[in-house]
Amino acid sequence: MKKVKADPKGVLTGAHYLDGDFAIAEGGLAAGCRFFAGYPITPSTETAERFAERIPYVGGVFIQMEDEIASILALIGASWAGVKSMTVTSGPGFSLMMENIGLACMMEVPLVIANVQRGGPSTGLPTLTGQGDMMQVKWGSHGDYEIIALSPDSPQECFDLTIKAFNLSEMYRVPAFIMTDECVGHMHEKVVIPPAEEIEVVNRKMYEGPKDKYLPYKPDKDHVPFMVKAGDGYRFHTTGLTHDERGYPVINAECQDWCVRHLVDKIRKNAHKIIEYKEDGMDGAEIVVVSYGITSRVAVKAIQDARKAGIKVGSLRLITVWPFPEERIKELAKKIKAFVVPEINLGQIRREVERCAFGQAPAIGVPHCGGWVHNPDDILRAIKEAAK
Amino acid sequence: MAKLKDLAQMEDRLVAGHGMCLGCGIPLIFKIILRATEDPLIIANATGCLEVCTTIFPRTAWNVSWIHSAFENAASTIAGVEAMYKALKNKGKIPADKKIKFLGVGGDGGTYDIGLQALSGAVERGHEFVYVCYDNNVYANTGGQRSSATPLGASATTAPSGSKSPGKIQGRKDLAQIMVAHKIPYVAQASPHRWQDLYNKAKKAFEAVGPAFLNVLCLCPTEWKYDESKGIKLAQLAADTCVWPLYEVENGRYKINYKPKQKKPVLEWLESQGRFRHLFKEENAWIIEKIQQDVDRDWEWLTRLAEISSRP
Repeated sequence: MKKVKADPKGVLTGAHYLDGDFAIAEGGLAAGCRFFAGYPITPSTETAERFAERIPYVGGVFIQMEDEIASILALIGASWAGVKSMTVTSGPGFSLMMENIGLACMMEVPLVIANVQRGGPSTGLPTLTGQGDMMQVKWGSHGDYEIIALSPDSPQECFDLTIKAFNLSEMYRVPAFIMTDECVGHMHEKVVIPPAEEIEVVNRKMYEGPKDKYLPYKPDKDHVPFMVKAGDGYRFHTTGLTHDERGYPVINAECQDWCVRHLVDKIRKNAHKIIEYKEDGMDGAEIVVVSYGITSRVAVKAIQDARKAGIKVGSLRLITVWPFPEERIKELAKKIKAFVVPEINLGQIRREVERCAFGQAPAIGVPHCGGWVHNPDDILRAIKEAAK
Repeated sequence: MAKLKDLAQMEDRLVAGHGMCLGCGIPLIFKIILRATEDPLIIANATGCLEVCTTIFPRTAWNVSWIHSAFENAASTIAGVEAMYKALKNKGKIPADKKIKFLGVGGDGGTYDIGLQALSGAVERGHEFVYVCYDNNVYANTGGQRSSATPLGASATTAPSGSKSPGKIQGRKDLAQIMVAHKIPYVAQASPHRWQDLYNKAKKAFEAVGPAFLNVLCLCPTEWKYDESKGIKLAQLAADTCVWPLYEVENGRYKINYKPKQKKPVLEWLESQGRFRHLFKEENAWIIEKIQQDVDRDWEWLTRLAEISSRP
């Protein structure tokens, strides 16, 4: 892993008025992404369009593919060619990517996928917001694996977290996801892009040893194997089949155990380094509102109102949704009366909070099927109910 | 042969009240096509302009049984419907002689690109259905991205024209030919300005024994950027320049249905739409030349195939 300064070619330094979709494209370019393959889908298309317009000036490739299956596979190919790669999509397109998200995890390919969530299931609400893919991003492909997912709550965070997603993806050789939503994606706000020298980007660990000694899946001390570029002269074999350190398929239970545990361990054992959240008013809090993305901005109003009404409310805003801050929830559960979890789905992260709280404190959901953000009064009501 | 007066008196199966753009070619196309059969009809509609603009309440405009599948699979969905009705007939649950028609529908995005695999599979299996692609050369529903039906040189949001790019640098995929290669009973290319021709082709398609495919040029003032009132003239121009030849392939035999008395230069076609405006810059002259060459080559090739087909 190599930390370097961002390449100024991709950094549009200055204060801008951008929507979240555009900010994702700018974040990608600033992080050093030079390959984008995508397919139009509302409400994410603007990211692809921005990339298509910007990339000729930065140097790199934009390809519109024939569908989302092709998009993610092109990313896998480009990433193996040594280039930071990303795509953007929404509900149905995300579902189409699932098989090959598993492939990217199995092959340990760094790439970034932004999901500008809309109401689902199926075609659902193409133009309206949702947060219903939070479990799909974690579990959507078959088998056991781990990924990293971040949830921005503003265009500024779309920019910042896209860089972070690239850095984590490169660091851990794993697909990283920006789980934003239609509201943030289409929301215009001030986005400040710092000078390139102030942006730290991470490049994947490249193997530099003798060519005949390279093992593409031999974990290093941090559990992450070294990468090479396809075509650089190293013996190179990568596959979606269960494989050993050499990358060759070995079809038996022992190798499966080694291979799958490795995929999971490199994230789980590094989770403490990956997890990020923001807390506010935790001292003496009786109720903790756990939120992410656009919903955390709506929750602010409810939290303020509850505090005015004399309730001690803390806020835990998830920046990384996956891996989940299990330890922190466990810790808080011992001290507080209840969690309140508003989200634009019927309780996906609420159940995760409940699981981590281990029966020490209830997790009260404020579910919403999508199409609009919560009314803060609904969150306030749940806080009041929880405080009783 | 159908008379316009008779057709006008038939009941619409795609009725007024939809939310299409002013001057959109889609309703025109389907009002004609749907008149070509009076049998009960089931439609599977891929995601796209037609689906979005004719269905969202209160703009729901269909008078037939209608299924919206996802973006990539209208052909698979209608294949399932057709297979099930066939099974019901075999079991004697519905009379074996009852005529029911099955129609799959998609735009060029849902047909040329994401839906191609589904379409190929469905026609290869020989389901008896008609598939209509309304080809407006662009992903219009999501705001104008390039498709594999977008012509060379056209500007699209994901193939934008500008100082670094002359618009789309690839030509069009020839979908009608891909369908011909499946050796299905009927493939045709049509355009709404020749309503009689379109109607006849739809009728042949509905009556074909086995899968049939229609590729219909669909006017799109929003993305092609022209005055909405000029649409039908533009469709005529597409045929007169041979940019969009009207032909059919019946059991492998080609027939050209419209031969312009004097082929017009593609320049006239390109001048008529904003999406080609940048091609008139000096540095892009080669693209216009290339487009003309491609059109000439394809027309020559089609003419030869029609000649061969006309031999006994």
